Amino acid sequence: MNKIIIENSIIESNDKLTESIYLLKVHSPIIASKIKPGQFCNVKVSDTDYPLLRRPFSICDVENHLIVFLYQVVGVGTEILAQKMEGEVLSILGPLGNGFNFDDDFETAIIIGGGIGVAPFPFLIRNITNKKIVSYIGFRNKNEIVDYGLTNCKYATDDGSFGLKGTCIDLFKSENTILNSKTKIFACGPNPMLKSLIEYCSDKNLNCEVSLESAMACGFGICQGCVVESKEDDEYKLVCKDGPVFKFNEIKL
Amino acid sequence: MEIDLSVNIGKLKLCNPIVLASGTVGYGEEVANFLDLSKIGAIITKSISLKPRRGNSPQRIVETSSGMLNAIGLANVGLDEFVKTKIPILEKLNSNVICNIAASSIEEYVECTKALNEFEIIKAFEINVSCPNVKEGGLIFGNDLTAVGKITSEIRVATNKTIIIKLSPNNSNIAEFAKVVKQEGGDAVSAINTLIGTAFDIYTKKPILKNITGGLSGPAIKPVALAKVLEISRSVDIPIIGLGGIMNWKDVVEFMIVGASAVQIGTVNFINPFAAYEIIDGLIKYCKNNSIINISQLTGTYQI
Repeated sequence: MNKIIIENSIIESNDKLTESIYLLKVHSPIIASKIKPGQFCNVKVSDTDYPLLRRPFSICDVENHLIVFLYQVVGVGTEILAQKMEGEVLSILGPLGNGFNFDDDFETAIIIGGGIGVAPFPFLIRNITNKKIVSYIGFRNKNEIVDYGLTNCKYATDDGSFGLKGTCIDLFKSENTILNSKTKIFACGPNPMLKSLIEYCSDKNLNCEVSLESAMACGFGICQGCVVESKEDDEYKLVCKDGPVFKFNEIKL
Repeated sequence: MEIDLSVNIGKLKLCNPIVLASGTVGYGEEVANFLDLSKIGAIITKSISLKPRRGNSPQRIVETSSGMLNAIGLANVGLDEFVKTKIPILEKLNSNVICNIAASSIEEYVECTKALNEFEIIKAFEINVSCPNVKEGGLIFGNDLTAVGKITSEIRVATNKTIIIKLSPNNSNIAEFAKVVKQEGGDAVSAINTLIGTAFDIYTKKPILKNITGGLSGPAIKPVALAKVLEISRSVDIPIIGLGGIMNWKDVVEFMIVGASAVQIGTVNFINPFAAYEIIDGLIKYCKNNSIINISQLTGTYQI
């Protein structure tokens, strides 16, 4: 395991992309040099005891010494984060968790992102070389679509205001993608979405990795808060330490 | 001026008063790759029970105002696996190891203590009689004076090592419990375990934690913890390891002033895994600035 560090990182930019989604870039040269696609960082959004805990965010991309996060405002912590300005400092703990495996033998990478679940893929895509990549992404409506850093995108919206009416999974299934043993799927999004994808991949015997999110306190395997059921036995796995990226057949959602 | 940060808890000598609380350092190995544990007073393992425990179903934690609720449910590998795979790792860590034991009967407490007593690496036992998150055992004992007395006396027979009883704040007379621990041969008490709390989703009207209630920790509980430590130190002559919401060295000093001989830091380890180092540096500066040569002189120096 990589040694975790805390880097006090100066904000380079914190831009609003949609009504609720922001793109944050911070100077974190050490974490930037170590972090891998699919890993995450735990970010303290205040200097005080409120909110108390760090907030876990997938690494979205790395640009030299900058690390990039794509986040959605969903509660108190992200509301505070959204107010942060260029030049302010954030305490960032990382790199955490296990990333995607993209060195194995596949020819086509299929990216599936539901809502803010698109966040980890720009960095993954940047690191996948000499393979075909197709991205299936779904949002609630046209105004919420974020395709930052993605490539070869196909779109779905819940209300049909852009692209296919339905979810990114509906979209993925509806496209006549050639699925075979040389296809690898990388997915991230809400648990119900991943659950239906996992069932589909089991039926079709597809190679798939999913990135999970969970409430957690520490992010490095100590608090035992972020458990997910293991498929192999009756035990729990930790999203933070055993994941957040899992093979589809490792876990039960 | 050379500052002596060492403190004694029963037969246990700590190089400084900072102890990493049970449930916030795993079995030691989880933090050993980024912390030099020899620089920290002691670590307390997560609770060990006779049989492995899977723990509670998720959701297990939720953040609250300046605090968090946890309902992990004493998830642990169980005694046999702990002895087989965790002790050999602990033996390599160059740390003062205190083993936390949880059980659902007095016999289980004794059996675990006996089995672990032979391992030299384990310097002391912290007996968890106050976990709020499991149905059997735990808090049931912690609220029963007779049971706490019996557990202490029976464990006393099973080991000569330092015995620390971790007390619950979820009762009205914590000093009575400390008194019983002392009478029955316990060496020290830890105060306090978490406070029972809950949180609900206002739209679904369901509890956020699957276990419904959890243990509240973090700075939100510090005033309660300080009051409990003070209550014990004013009425019972027993070493107290204070804990509850410590975030920095000032909190440590406050706990020592109200009567703690040492402290545990817990929730802060989740937020700043290097907090112990920063706290130790802060304590050295405080001692220097206030002409305190031995930090143990601070304990119980409250002016009331």
